[in-house]
Amino acid sequence: MSELVISGLHATVAGREILRGVDLTVRSGEVHAVMGPNGAGKSTLSAVVMGRAGYEVTAGSVTLDGEDVLAMPTWQRAVAGLHLVMQYPTEVPGVALHDVMVEALTSRGRASGDVRGHLVAEAARIGFEERFLDRPLNVDLSGGEKKRNETLQLAMLRPRIAILDELDSGLDIDALRDCSRRVEELSNDAENPLGVLAITHYNRLLTELKPDRVHILVRGRIVASGGAELATTLEADGYAAFTDGDEPAEAGEEASGLDDLFRM
Amino acid sequence: MARLRELPLPSADEEIWRYSRIDALDPTAFEVKGADTKVLGGEGFVTIGASAAVIAEPDVFAEINTEHQSTVVVEVPRGTTVDEPIVITHTSRPGSASFPRTVLRVGENAEVTVIERFNSASGGAALVAPVLSAEVAPAGRLTYLAVNDVDLEAWQVGHQLVVGDRDSSVRISTVTLGGHYTRVRTEARSSGQGSSTKQVALYFAAGDQMHDFRVIQDHDAPHTSSDLLFKGAVQDRARSVYTGLITIREHARGTAAYQTNRNLTLSEGAWAESVPNLDIRTNDVKCSHASTVGPIDDDQRFYLESRGVPPETAERLVVLGFFEEVLDQLPPGPHADELRAAVAAKLDLQGGAP
Repeated sequence: MSELVISGLHATVAGREILRGVDLTVRSGEVHAVMGPNGAGKSTLSAVVMGRAGYEVTAGSVTLDGEDVLAMPTWQRAVAGLHLVMQYPTEVPGVALHDVMVEALTSRGRASGDVRGHLVAEAARIGFEERFLDRPLNVDLSGGEKKRNETLQLAMLRPRIAILDELDSGLDIDALRDCSRRVEELSNDAENPLGVLAITHYNRLLTELKPDRVHILVRGRIVASGGAELATTLEADGYAAFTDGDEPAEAGEEASGLDDLFRM
Repeated sequence: MARLRELPLPSADEEIWRYSRIDALDPTAFEVKGADTKVLGGEGFVTIGASAAVIAEPDVFAEINTEHQSTVVVEVPRGTTVDEPIVITHTSRPGSASFPRTVLRVGENAEVTVIERFNSASGGAALVAPVLSAEVAPAGRLTYLAVNDVDLEAWQVGHQLVVGDRDSSVRISTVTLGGHYTRVRTEARSSGQGSSTKQVALYFAAGDQMHDFRVIQDHDAPHTSSDLLFKGAVQDRARSVYTGLITIREHARGTAAYQTNRNLTLSEGAWAESVPNLDIRTNDVKCSHASTVGPIDDDQRFYLESRGVPPETAERLVVLGFFEEVLDQLPPGPHADELRAAVAAKLDLQGGAP
């Protein structure tokens, strides 16, 4: 069993504090949802845990099975068992998914098998067309195809803990269902149950992916945690109950009215 | 063996030689000695050592080429398709100055692929000043690939003069990996209505290398088209220059011309310059140019690293992916695969260096 422990995490972007003391623990087989309004720090949380450049951790710790994640470069975090499913998967021209998977498995000491066959099987499972396997990564793919591609990689690499950053953005309902089901299966895997930290703005994802715990992130802090019913409360009442109402949202680049939160 | 005479060399003060290393070249250090030239394929279409072709001589290097040229002529008669690529390989020796000239005459509705490779034996500097002169008759189709893999001490200063007549189709590809200083000046002229030209290039300079390209897309007839894609990378202290010019003359209405130059700077000390220009003298044209110089995209690197790909491997994948767009457009066959491998090998070699 694995355990990702985020403890008292503070982080700044361009000198501005976005995360202001986040505590969160995700274990194998658990599905956690982190919800919050725009600018709450959701994407910052995923970026900091994965080690994206431009974010500075000013206090706190992140450990995976006791190992200091923040001391590792990004690729070692992935090899150690963390995986980030990106909100906007980057297009990498001229680089085929197959080649990336070979290198990613090689760094994990697992490239000996039939990578191509494995890819083909996983692609079929997630409804990702086989002809896309040799296409440049994420180039000329629709939003739904990109997220199927992300989920396919998750299934190939079999991390211990996955962070899904807005998996539900930019994809149609069929793709959402296919991706959610695959994540659900991975988290129920008997041998290596995946721990999931699903970051989401809407609870659309949570109708497909059943969370064990829901956390509300507001202005860089978890302000409430509960069961799946918390998401339902949110849908009815918005984030107003969790905010003081007078402080501006953090990192306001996308700040919008709270009333808009559940409009699709 | 005669030393090359003193040449009235241009200076880097002249705009067309700006950024170049011309001021550091001493032609008298080299002895005139023809390269070892081998031709594979094209039996019946190739003549060696005989051409009365007169070419425009835009500068002293073309002049000296005319003086000392060793010539390969490929002549494809009207309506003839040469099935297999013709491969011309020049290997020059250390200390030599060689002047290969390749003349391609593609007849009406004829078709040929010519691959020209420039190599040199290691062991000292050499000077190679080749000239390519290609004339493509109406509805003729020429595919040409030049591969520069000369020694890291060698100087290569080349000219390519290509003219496409009515409804002709010309494809000029360049892969440059070698040379201390490699410069190619290309003039691709569309002289007949409906002719089209496509140019692609890949260049990768490392160590103290410099790659320098001057390219003119000259539209001298109505309804012509040209498309250019040059992609380069510089590493260590290497330098590269791309200077491109699209000229659309007064009578070349209905023309479409595009040029794109993209450069990756892989080290702090590396330097690339990109100067696209347009000279449009008529209306009713479609024209665009784009150029970029910069390091590997941080998001692409992060994406691969977040999958667990180590940084050096991620960089290698991104650079090879960057070049793939050009490699993909080279004449198909073993050469394309070989060049893909050569680029990868050079990247690995450089990646291992401090």
